[in-house]
Amino acid sequence: MKVTFKIWRQENPNAKGDFKSYEVDGLTEDMSFLEALDQLNEELVLKDEKVIAYEYDCREGICGQCGVFINGRAHGPHDNITTCQLHMRSFEDGQTITVEPWRAKAFPIIKDLVVDRSAFDRIIESGAYISSKTGTAPEANAIPIPKEIADKAMDAAACIGCGACVASCKNSSAMLFTSAKINHLNSLPQGKAESSSRLKKMTYQMDLEGFGNCTNTGACEIECPEGISIKNIAEMNAAWMKQKLFG
Amino acid sequence: MHLNSKVPEGSLEKKWQNYQLKSQLINPANKKKLSVIVVGSGLSGAGAAATLAELGYDIKCFCYQDSARRAHSVAAQGGINAAKNYQHDGDSVYRMFYDTLKGGDFRSREANTYRLAELSAPLIDHFVQQGVPFAREYGGTLVNRSFGGVQVQRTFYARGQTGQQLLLASYSQLYKMIHAKKVQMFPRSEMVDLVVINGKAKGIIVRNLVSGKLERYAADAVVLATGGYSRVFRLSTLAIGCNGSALWKAHKKGAYFAAPSFTQIHPTALPQSSEAQSKLTLMSESLRNDGRIWVPKQKEDSRKPKDISEEERDYYLERRYPSFGNLAPRDIASRAAKERIDAGFGVGRLKNAVYLDFKHAIEKFGLETIKDRYGNLFNMYKKITGIDAYTTPMLISPAAHFSMGGLWVDYELMTTIPGLYAVGECNFSDHGANRLGANSLLQASVDGYFILPNTINNYLADEIKADHPTTDHPEFDKAEKEAQAHIDKILSINGTKTVDHFHRELGKIMWQDCAMSRTKKGLEKAIKQIEALKDDFWKDVKVTGNQNEMNTELEKAYRLADFIELGILMCTDALQRDESCGAHFREEFQTSEGEALRVDETYSYVSAWEYNEGDFTLHKEHLEFEFVKPTVRSYK
Repeated sequence: MKVTFKIWRQENPNAKGDFKSYEVDGLTEDMSFLEALDQLNEELVLKDEKVIAYEYDCREGICGQCGVFINGRAHGPHDNITTCQLHMRSFEDGQTITVEPWRAKAFPIIKDLVVDRSAFDRIIESGAYISSKTGTAPEANAIPIPKEIADKAMDAAACIGCGACVASCKNSSAMLFTSAKINHLNSLPQGKAESSSRLKKMTYQMDLEGFGNCTNTGACEIECPEGISIKNIAEMNAAWMKQKLFG
Repeated sequence: MHLNSKVPEGSLEKKWQNYQLKSQLINPANKKKLSVIVVGSGLSGAGAAATLAELGYDIKCFCYQDSARRAHSVAAQGGINAAKNYQHDGDSVYRMFYDTLKGGDFRSREANTYRLAELSAPLIDHFVQQGVPFAREYGGTLVNRSFGGVQVQRTFYARGQTGQQLLLASYSQLYKMIHAKKVQMFPRSEMVDLVVINGKAKGIIVRNLVSGKLERYAADAVVLATGGYSRVFRLSTLAIGCNGSALWKAHKKGAYFAAPSFTQIHPTALPQSSEAQSKLTLMSESLRNDGRIWVPKQKEDSRKPKDISEEERDYYLERRYPSFGNLAPRDIASRAAKERIDAGFGVGRLKNAVYLDFKHAIEKFGLETIKDRYGNLFNMYKKITGIDAYTTPMLISPAAHFSMGGLWVDYELMTTIPGLYAVGECNFSDHGANRLGANSLLQASVDGYFILPNTINNYLADEIKADHPTTDHPEFDKAEKEAQAHIDKILSINGTKTVDHFHRELGKIMWQDCAMSRTKKGLEKAIKQIEALKDDFWKDVKVTGNQNEMNTELEKAYRLADFIELGILMCTDALQRDESCGAHFREEFQTSEGEALRVDETYSYVSAWEYNEGDFTLHKEHLEFEFVKPTVRSYK
């Protein structure tokens, strides 16, 4: 099959970017979207042009490094997948595919389709851990954790940190990301001791990074590769209110 | 050079304790004065960096990804083993040690393997405390399942995302120490050379992947935690960025490379579907707990699987290995699949796969139970193939996966370069010639969290009074110049073929002659082919763009240049070992039933290769089995 990629090219963070179109032929439906870009890059090299910078690593939907806007949707036309899990069978022969980087104030563009998501790391750094050192743990079965609680913590912990939630939110909110991490740790007995300071510090850092607020459109949970529920945000907000009212 | 494994005195149970009793300690005030570089931020790297920082050392941690959270430990699905005996099924540290030693076909060091099992139980305690949401029973206790090559249930898991959950825990702990200003993190930074001063590892040269600039970093010790190198096959279950360059640079600077050819081919990956394919996605081995593997009894049977009756199916693992069945170890399961596929019984469009079928499990346990156990794996399968595996069997095929080989390390995890350590998959120590499922996350974590922080002090204690290195030392100048020259050379070739072209060619050669089945003739041919490929690469590769910018094509090129040389060493290693053991299967050495034929009298050693100007010299660490008598490995 043959498609036209209309791709955002931007030399560096300060350069003015623009779309550039590339026709790619000889693709097959079984190829992944990123493999189609790989092929385009090989063709560019042979034409003596600079390759397009885009991110990926595991190519199996778990590392969270890939992620671009494809025809106006984070990670492409399907719900709940990563860019690397998208295949060319999802497109028509002859289609034009528009590819853009994540657009958010807190995710500045580095080059072409590559953005800087270190704001997420700083949110984690502000409090997404349990402060106990290696070697200090009690016996694993000493504190039973009922299955429902462990399952709920796992649902929230599944976040891969790709940033699709931010990219698809009209306010560039990171509340799905932040709330999922807070709820993961705060729901477990090990995380209880620091639950209130964690909530405060992580939400403070989130605001500091320039992410917007949630207005409940639900776009994030549709694009989230792990299908993390927007209920996490409601729960985080409820915990916030509770803390404000009762300390 | 004599290889001193530094295995401590005493019974197996006492060795680690004896080691710790005798090793030197460093007081907290002095720890602050010592700095350590950690290259890699996966489970072993992040675990080591966080724990060393907690102990008081000054840490710099580097990774090539945009964040420490991307490291490929994230992709391990199935679980992590620990000898907790929670299931009351006769497990113990000794049994776990024995299973691992036997699984590795008696080609690993007893003392290391025992320590791995010994430290497994406290590791689960550690991760639970760090907030890992392991699977639980309704009553709140931890759940276990089985993995290949064992008959007890000792695998802990967090759905099909165990690696992700463990990595995120270590990433959190790492960022806790970054927040405490005890760790400096350098993402998008790739080590391009090791700096050795007066015979000791004292720093690294790094390429900043955003600016493209070369940077220098000095420390009192360097820890490599750079993972496996199976991308040498190009198509593998590894992340695209995984590479062997840090290891290779260290090797060229004097670190011996042990058993480079011991590569695990995983039996349950998704089959290749086209030439353009960049990676083979792994489907967790845990699926073999409930899935049954089969091919049609009739050759080139192109009927749909549901139209093939039970009598017409060959459940070949259950047939050949009745006591382990579908849970036979990986090397055996992979070879058995290859045997069927090569004999013309393969299925799928390219006839390069076998079926993994859940029909019986769904009938027995119900759809909901299977969804609960493997839901995310089935979803992943559907996302990639578009096929619903609840109703149609999965198509699976063997793929290059884990590197048992790696830098040679002693009991302290130190390489042959003093002050240079290797932890996790990038070392050779615990798995021998084949790794058991769910032992990889274990080894990476145990190395990083528990072992290295208790051995590095033994070296650093003597470095307190030594000169602390600075980056203006002539050795830094030299190493940076060499790295610069290497990059300049690649960029100046301006040939006619892409980096991917050369990688595909290398992958084909390696897969053909240095993967599941090897022969003397094939390996000799492969070495010649790779040497020719190397010449061609340095004459005809084309890389566009320049150095001082983000240039993904250049990154691929210098990683591949190292892979090509590593490929030659892997074939050389496979060639010298005239026996079959674990994942190393030489066709000339097999039993009448087609099983691996070990030659203990001659080959009970770890091969450790020294680099000599493009040539390799073999050294041998003889394996002494003091406590266990090697037996013929049988899973029948």
